[in-house]
Amino acid sequence: MLAAREAFNASRRAPLLSMLGIVTIAFSLFAFGLFALVAVNIRHALRNVEQRVEVRAFVSEGTPADAIAAAMADIAVFPEVAKVDYITQEGALERARRDMGEFSDVFEEALLPASLDIHLRPGLRNPETVEAVADRVKSYQFVDDVRYGEEWVRKLYQLRTIAAGTGLGLGIAFAAVSIIIIGATIRVSVLARAREIAIMRLVGATDSFVRAPFLIDGFVKGILGALLAIGLTWVAYRMVDTQLFSVVFFDPRLIVVGLVCGASIGLLGSATSVWSHLRRI
Amino acid sequence: MIRLHDVAKEYTRTRVALSHVTLQIRRGEFVFLIGPSGSGKTTILKLLYMEEKPTHGDVWVSGVHANTAKRKEISQLRRRLGIVFQDFRLLEDRTAEENVAFALEVTGAPSSAIPQRVSRVLTQVGLASKATQLPRQLSGGEQQRVAIARALVNDPYFLLADEPTGNLDDRASRGVIQLLRDINAAGTSVIMATHDLEIVRRADNARTVELNHGRIVFDSSETPPPETRYTPLLGQPVIGGPSEGNWPPLPGDGR
Repeated sequence: MLAAREAFNASRRAPLLSMLGIVTIAFSLFAFGLFALVAVNIRHALRNVEQRVEVRAFVSEGTPADAIAAAMADIAVFPEVAKVDYITQEGALERARRDMGEFSDVFEEALLPASLDIHLRPGLRNPETVEAVADRVKSYQFVDDVRYGEEWVRKLYQLRTIAAGTGLGLGIAFAAVSIIIIGATIRVSVLARAREIAIMRLVGATDSFVRAPFLIDGFVKGILGALLAIGLTWVAYRMVDTQLFSVVFFDPRLIVVGLVCGASIGLLGSATSVWSHLRRI
Repeated sequence: MIRLHDVAKEYTRTRVALSHVTLQIRRGEFVFLIGPSGSGKTTILKLLYMEEKPTHGDVWVSGVHANTAKRKEISQLRRRLGIVFQDFRLLEDRTAEENVAFALEVTGAPSSAIPQRVSRVLTQVGLASKATQLPRQLSGGEQQRVAIARALVNDPYFLLADEPTGNLDDRASRGVIQLLRDINAAGTSVIMATHDLEIVRRADNARTVELNHGRIVFDSSETPPPETRYTPLLGQPVIGGPSEGNWPPLPGDGR
């Protein structure tokens, strides 16, 4: 209670310094937030593309329906498989026409083979799994050929791996820069109160007593800075979404993560700044 | 009880603040630490409130061994020591009563008891009517009284005062000294560093410990005074008021 009061009074006595702290945290997290927004949208786009990864098994003409149904039931229980669709020759023609757009008139009759379109579960669309499923499906006698765009799946997966690695590396770099800037800002506020800290120590305040108001201060500034950063990121998102192209914003879970990050950075920044200051007096 | 045994304090090899200092101060004593600038008065006080640790020797204050004390022990000890400085060291943005209350708050004193204790101690130093004033609204003497009130509010065993009259005019100085004498009469030991020899001369029944170049050269509590090669300062006439120039030169220091 006393620590909270001291923290509040310190902010009240130096409103500009407090504002500077919050704004610095906000802008540091905003820069990180913009990066995170780009990362989230790249991931979102890759996930959309990934959903199109499927194994297509072309069925011999004249295969009895009950054999196809039995195979479908069999394939549907593969652990990697989300669902299996049977596309008849007519269905294949219709899909081809739809995909070809203005060239749809090149298909005049049902020349295309029927197929089993096998959709894989999310997280299991990597080249190895796709290939393994394709090999198993090939073993059905009525399957003429299996296609799954080997090269395309491999490249997509590589892209995903590169994007994840780059994202992680840049994310850590952005977070480190934010923490350094925020730490320096909090350090300034600790130094501004160096005289008060010295007097506290002289009259018998323990380190934890001295530290507590700074921790509360850092925690609150972290939360306020994170809220401001989320607001700024939302404005940036709206501008891109309405003026340029469709993008997605953070889901509520990520917003909570952002707030927790802000609070943690504020708390840790304060804790380390006060700790290093107290070590010297 | 305060005990320093063969204490040395060296900041660097060439900067020796104290050497071979042995001193014992009992509860209830009023002790003046005198000596020229750089003689080690402030260093002794810093060792007592444990801002510094001795390079050599042992320092004990109320059972706490400075050489080995943990930070928490030092905090606990300082609650039982009142410390007063020449520059007052008040929190400028808090009123007199808030400054005094602050020393109680840090000890975790029950908030219901704080106003009464603050009021009592401000009355004791004669500042009850100025409790709500900020330091900048008070004179130097009054600010020092607030600092003394803050030092007293935890009922300390010892009150350490480092040149408490250094920034005050003669009238304010006399008031502060009288206040310290009253505090001592009530049972609190007072250890005061000063180079104002007039104050020391006017004080009856106070013990005087003289330092020079980091060594104790005279202790009025010892009979006979220790054999030293220096002249005990108070035996010399002081001309022109207290200043460094009035201190007798050391043999061979060329002054």
